[in-house]
Amino acid sequence: MTYLAKSPWIIHYDASSCNGCDIEILACLTPMYDVERFGIINTGNPKHADIFVVTGSVNEQNREVILNIYNQMPDPKVAVAVGICATSGGVFRECYNVAGGIDKLIPVDVYVMGCAARPESIIDGIVTALGILEKKRSEGASAPVVTDHHMNKEHHKHAEGGVQ
Amino acid sequence: MSKQITIPFGPQHPVLPEPLHLDLVLEDEKVVDVIPTIGYVHRGLEKLVEKREYTEYVFIAERICGICSFIHSQAYVQGIEQIMGLEIPERAQYLRTIWSEYSRLHSHLLWLGCFADSMGFESVFMNSWRLREHILNDLEATTGGRVIQGVCKVAGVRRDITPEKLDEMVKGLRGIEHELQDLTNVFLHDSSIQHRLKGIGVLKKEDAYQLGAVGPTARGSGVAIDIRETGYAAFGKINFRPVVEHDGDCYARCAIRAKEMFTSIDIIEQCAKKIPDGPVDMKVTGAPDGEYFSRAEQPRGEVIHYIKGNGKKNLLRHRVRTPTFTNIPPLITLLKGCDLADVPVIVLTIDPCIGCAER
Ligand code: SF4
Repeated sequence: MTYLAKSPWIIHYDASSCNGCDIEILACLTPMYDVERFGIINTGNPKHADIFVVTGSVNEQNREVILNIYNQMPDPKVAVAVGICATSGGVFRECYNVAGGIDKLIPVDVYVMGCAARPESIIDGIVTALGILEKKRSEGASAPVVTDHHMNKEHHKHAEGGVQ
Repeated sequence: MSKQITIPFGPQHPVLPEPLHLDLVLEDEKVVDVIPTIGYVHRGLEKLVEKREYTEYVFIAERICGICSFIHSQAYVQGIEQIMGLEIPERAQYLRTIWSEYSRLHSHLLWLGCFADSMGFESVFMNSWRLREHILNDLEATTGGRVIQGVCKVAGVRRDITPEKLDEMVKGLRGIEHELQDLTNVFLHDSSIQHRLKGIGVLKKEDAYQLGAVGPTARGSGVAIDIRETGYAAFGKINFRPVVEHDGDCYARCAIRAKEMFTSIDIIEQCAKKIPDGPVDMKVTGAPDGEYFSRAEQPRGEVIHYIKGNGKKNLLRHRVRTPTFTNIPPLITLLKGCDLADVPVIVLTIDPCIGCAER
């Protein structure tokens, strides 16, 4: 990918993260890393966003919020899970209120490793997401509306380990 | 009386990096009541003490919050050391003090940036965060991590800082001091910022005390509590005075954080001068048997870690009382009667850290 046709906007939601990954995402926006030079803007409005960046894992209280944001985003859209919490639950995966990674709830396109994920790897993850976004756009793909019920069933089918 | 309407504020809101949900009950533009809902980032990590050994649990304690990370791990290991009666090497105490002040610097700069952004001063946000990178670079160079350091352990610290590096750190901090001064001057003297902050969201001294405010929220109202004065780690050997303001408004709380950064630099410099040679950790055997309330001063106020063990590798109970949690009742008082447009600014002046508060 050598150029971008559009300026991709991101929306960030802090599921049940410890903040470590969130502040690193914010750090990406600031002069040291400055992703705004690629036209990437952090917006608060899901209807404006192309990339959903989630930190932290799914819990009972935030399930609905994550789904709400994801379903409100226009197509094409990609979801990026930042940090090991969003990927699998991380150090908290055995906690009683942690259901696991974000992919238990919504389809995730890119996983960014690290605890806390470093700004460099977050940027790398978002740039990878841009490629996927371009591809989805050219294919005219549209994501189905995700409901908790559906994912829950899937989740129980595939659930591994002692969580839940 | 006009009709009341309820506006939801959060959990996903542009000024909040973290999810806090407030139901604002409005009469025209005035907030008459506030109903908070929390629990969006609750993980239930305190119960993990039953599954992790007390030495491993330091990593979990550190991840209570990514902003106050170091001080959480410090408060936790302090508790364990007290129960086990460990006299840890003095050099480790000094190093902990240095890192905890670095955390305070990075947290306050982060806050100043977010706060400026909430008022629409984007360039100030960028500038604070640019300066913050300097602090993070030092933290990364000495601990290996930017926001989660993982350097504290039971009975000491994992890494040492060489005298040359200490020297360089102090010089570096003195080097950015004038930039910090320029930055804080904006907060303290810019007329439009003063207009947004002075006389807004006033917390009276009695209220601050009665409602259990801690940290800058309490000190902004003239309640001079700063747990660092109890002399934990190496604070007992350091000369410093907590910053106290008396107006209790948004401006006072902002001024406290702006001024505290210079206190932190002073503390780091004194530590670098006084730090004794010696080992930075010691061997631990056995397991904690007993209970202890460990207190430490976070950037947001006093944090209490309650630890109870019964001589086994796994603790019986770990409980954290975080500063944001006790600052929520004062916040509710502050919001009643304010204008809707001031809500984001007032919420931010208590520096809410939801990750801590809900764990
Ligand atoms: S991955 Fe680590 S730093 Fe990121 S939210 Fe989880 S615990 Fe915090």
